[in-house]
Amino acid sequence: MKIAVCIKQVPDTTEVRLDPNTGAMIRDGVVSIMNPDDKAGLEEALKLKDQLGAEVVVITMGPPQADLILREAYAMGADKAILLTDRKFAGADTLATSNALASALKLINADLIITGRQAIDGDTAQVGPQIAEIMDLPQVSYVHDISTSDGVSFKIKRAVEDGYQMLKVSTPCLFTLLSDANTPRYMRVAGIVDAYGKEVEVWDAAKVNIADEKIGLKGSPTKVHKSFTKGAKGSGTIQEVSPQEAVKIIVEKLKEIHII
Amino acid sequence: MNIKDYKDIAVFVEQRHGEIQSVGLELICEAKKLAKVSDQKVVAIVLGDKVKSMADTLISYGADKVVYVEDAHLKAYSTEPYSQALFTVLDGLKPNIVLIGATTTGRDLAPRMSVKLNTGLTADCTLLEMKTVEGYDDKIVVTDNKDLLMTRPTFGGNLIATIVCPDNRPQMSTVRPGVMQKTEANTSLKGEVVEVKVSFDAKRFKVEVLEEVKEKSDAKDITEQAILVAGGRGIKKEELFKKLSVLADKLNGGVGSSRGLVDMGWADHGIQVGQTGKTVRPEVYFAFGISGAIQHAAGMEESGLIIAVNKDKDAPIFKIADLGLVCDLEPVINGLIDALK
Repeated sequence: MKIAVCIKQVPDTTEVRLDPNTGAMIRDGVVSIMNPDDKAGLEEALKLKDQLGAEVVVITMGPPQADLILREAYAMGADKAILLTDRKFAGADTLATSNALASALKLINADLIITGRQAIDGDTAQVGPQIAEIMDLPQVSYVHDISTSDGVSFKIKRAVEDGYQMLKVSTPCLFTLLSDANTPRYMRVAGIVDAYGKEVEVWDAAKVNIADEKIGLKGSPTKVHKSFTKGAKGSGTIQEVSPQEAVKIIVEKLKEIHII
Repeated sequence: MNIKDYKDIAVFVEQRHGEIQSVGLELICEAKKLAKVSDQKVVAIVLGDKVKSMADTLISYGADKVVYVEDAHLKAYSTEPYSQALFTVLDGLKPNIVLIGATTTGRDLAPRMSVKLNTGLTADCTLLEMKTVEGYDDKIVVTDNKDLLMTRPTFGGNLIATIVCPDNRPQMSTVRPGVMQKTEANTSLKGEVVEVKVSFDAKRFKVEVLEEVKEKSDAKDITEQAILVAGGRGIKKEELFKKLSVLADKLNGGVGSSRGLVDMGWADHGIQVGQTGKTVRPEVYFAFGISGAIQHAAGMEESGLIIAVNKDKDAPIFKIADLGLVCDLEPVINGLIDALK
């Protein structure tokens, strides 16, 4: 079985702060990490490899420095890493991103494709299902549990708002994984050393044979009209009080607005 | 693609277990506002095994037209049958805009539609406006007020971006439940009801739904609570977090949580407020021990009255709180429970 896992390097958005005076985003010192949902996807692929034996291929589209998360994937146990990078991919929205990744995934020709549900920098949750549609594959999104005895037929637990669905699907197919599906393994010490000796294949637009109209800014139907930070909103009252006073103030406020 | 051939605003209304999901009604009301300023009609689309009877409700919220598909394949949500049905409807309608609730269903279905229709899709919009777009990418575009400006938080809520889809139609957008406001239903409104027959290609149904399990208790969805009592990492003790539900009961409200407590396993993901949880706008929002990082604020800052209690006077929550109290949590929570006896 061959499993392709799409991973993305993202800024750790939980560490981003806004300048209290200017409202500008402070990106300095914010580290880049492997997107959490993607890491859960990689863990799921490695679990299948442990259980049944599989070749796990990781791919990321991004700038050259995204090489770092591919090394991390090697250290966790991936067998092959591909960096899809080309200036022509720059400025891509989700559709143009999915077009590029789908072209690369066609070359990889995996039985199973795993992506994260969404990335923490964009939160769109679009790329997995778009790849599946472009490649004409069945998909299961919001995957919480995977079980299989043969690597062909899968039973999937898909999380939904009011519970879950149990689904059955066979390869070829695509799953999008939730970060709470598992706890990703640590990098092995020997793995970390080996990771830097391994080759990361670098693929560009020509290699994946995709037309310029389908990628980058040109291939993006959506455009950013403008972007801005929220800035600081004016605050109400802040009081340092004793618990007794706090209770009194809250009760009075609730009476004032007729809640109690 | 001739943009002029595309008109009106289509809203995909999700039903689950035969119940219309509130986000569909919220989007009809939002679509009505957009339609008014741009001379368009609102078309509600509903798919399921028995959905025709839902048309009256959809019209009462403002749909000028309801298009429905009834088929046994559409009983439970599954990607392929829903994709085939929705694509058949949209291909026939050629709408200018498509709005879809950003639920697990909407976020599964909408991206596949965007590929089938070769158009843009903007996720989790918090503001929608009809405007003539002037200038993006150094171009000037003048249209007849049919461009949709889609504003959404990105970068973990740190950055707000307004997105346009100038050259492709339909302009597609998803919106999370609770973000747009539902207005009162008006049963005197009239509308057209149209059935669309879909010839399904069942050979392509590769995912089998074995079962659907409802796991949640009878607790009301936090997006529908008028009063939310929410706790964060500052709570420190699990038993104190549990006490929030006692307080919530006394106020006839519900309990919410920050992501921190969900990660610790104290709270269920279903009650998580924020960027990766739910967006709420209750009349009163209590934030006990919630620092109020931007990811959390993104999900609750539109609440009516925000009451924050936190030991840390520098907590960002105080920047958006209407009433901010710096003190110990436990005696305040206990004191409130006693005071409300």
